[in-house]
Amino acid sequence: MATDFASARQAGPEELEKISSELRTDILTTLGKSNSGHPGGSLSTVEVLASLYFYKMRHDPSNPKWDGRDRFLLSKGHAAPALYCVLSKCGYFPKEELGTLRKLNSRLQGHPDPNKLPGVEIPGGPEGIGLSEGIGMALAARLDGRKHTVYVMMGDGEQDEGEVWEAAMSAAKFKLDNLVAIIDNNGVQQEGKTSEIMPSDSLARKWEAFNWNVIEIDGHSIRQVIDALDGANKGKFPTVIIANTIKGKGVDFMEGNPEYHGKVPNKELLEKALKQVEYKG
Amino acid sequence: MTMEARTASLRDALGQALVALGSENKDMVVVGADTTESIKMLDFGKRFPERFFNVGIAEQNMIGISAGLALSGKTVFCGTYVVFLERAIDQIRNTIAYCNLDVKIIGSHGGISVGPDGGSHQAIEDLSIMRALPRMRVIAPADFNSTKALVKEAGNTRGPAYIRILRPVTPVVYEESHDIRIGKMETLADGSDLTIIANGIMLSEALKAGEELKARGISARVMDCHTIKPIDSDAIIKAAKETGAIVTAEDHNVIGGLGSAVSEVLSKAHPTRMAMVGVNDTFGESGDGAELMKKYGLSSESIINQATRLVNV
Repeated sequence: MATDFASARQAGPEELEKISSELRTDILTTLGKSNSGHPGGSLSTVEVLASLYFYKMRHDPSNPKWDGRDRFLLSKGHAAPALYCVLSKCGYFPKEELGTLRKLNSRLQGHPDPNKLPGVEIPGGPEGIGLSEGIGMALAARLDGRKHTVYVMMGDGEQDEGEVWEAAMSAAKFKLDNLVAIIDNNGVQQEGKTSEIMPSDSLARKWEAFNWNVIEIDGHSIRQVIDALDGANKGKFPTVIIANTIKGKGVDFMEGNPEYHGKVPNKELLEKALKQVEYKG
Repeated sequence: MTMEARTASLRDALGQALVALGSENKDMVVVGADTTESIKMLDFGKRFPERFFNVGIAEQNMIGISAGLALSGKTVFCGTYVVFLERAIDQIRNTIAYCNLDVKIIGSHGGISVGPDGGSHQAIEDLSIMRALPRMRVIAPADFNSTKALVKEAGNTRGPAYIRILRPVTPVVYEESHDIRIGKMETLADGSDLTIIANGIMLSEALKAGEELKARGISARVMDCHTIKPIDSDAIIKAAKETGAIVTAEDHNVIGGLGSAVSEVLSKAHPTRMAMVGVNDTFGESGDGAELMKKYGLSSESIINQATRLVNV
């Protein structure tokens, strides 16, 4: 494991595929131990998280508070297992600690707490707040003359929250070219398909109308994710990457299934799931 | 200490304190929501435009942005009218309080004394809500000089704080040089028969009541409890022991505010006869601020009535 993350890791596509597989294994294993948490919306984020932490972002696990680091803000805090797995893989804390998720006295809270775990930038829980926090960090970076980028990942269900659009409007007003929003557009929220609960269709047109640069991609294609991350931050306005993903990606009985928004599969199904996500080279 | 005849605006005090803090602390920023001229946060914005952000009528975003700035090492003041701010209780709870961030929240236009804008604009529940948030300091100053001092102290001490200020001007009670501190009550008149504990706009009513009671042969101690969290338990218990009865007075619902905070201290440490003057769990309405205060029982007369009743029990 490399320890110098002060420059971006720049892992190649094949390595990122392998990391993504391993992350899925870690997520399912971790959730199996906690027997509580959100698998569906964790599995949909994996290629984006792998590409951010192992390709794009400049960060230093041995110095998590390094001022110059790029920030990743998980606004959809229920995907905490995915964040914890990628952080531990980078070396922010020992992998064994993943087994304490959601347990008493653990640093791995059900939803992330930045005061408890190194590498966590914002608290999670209620949806819709993270983009505003990202704007605050991007404004602070500009005031301090720093060049880092602030990445904020939201869910598509999260687009229901009014604050998201308050934030969208203000980020454009402040011309935050150091801010990148990523929507994990997995099509499912807690109680069903977003198309039924609260349609968020035409997301690209909505964000364009708010003066953002919009990039729409297949969020499970490493190549497309990398290109999108490299293509963000161009021009004067903030960028949103709409990553079209599949909730529960990698496990056939979980894919697109709202049941696995907040439920961990039983022992038998978990073993089946772990076989399916295994890295096959 | 004598009450001067002159009155002054708590909002002006806020504006001056923010400019003073901003001159000393280059890492201080201010975030507002389209009420910045009214509540004088714009004084800071004119002086330090690069450190001033107006997010429009978007209180949730204001709090979220403030949290992000604080997470990047800034000292943040943000605020608007209390009733608008209350839309963002979620964000206040889950970012500022939960993460113990260095954000000071200004709630202006607290209480029924707001006047003509009507009940929709008269916040009578904010102190109660804020007091229930772990880590939140809750401050409700009464006059110009104490507002200035308490805002400055909040700005110079890390961590969350909620500071409630007022629409009307209020009598100046403190000398500018008075050493006033967060969490430490002030005794403005000494007395032995009972203690009146007030804050905000009700402090001058309490002082008036004290004078009137004196003329009637009742000796009332008058104290300013500008900080209801952390509450000055020692001073409250001492007053209860020495004077035997307590009347609280606040422009806020009697549920959860100053009266509740004082009774929580005394019921555990030194059960004492008490009366609470405040808004009796009802919403306000339009009218002149002074008229409304009279109608809703927020007056020196109400304090005198309660004080007389308690002393004669």
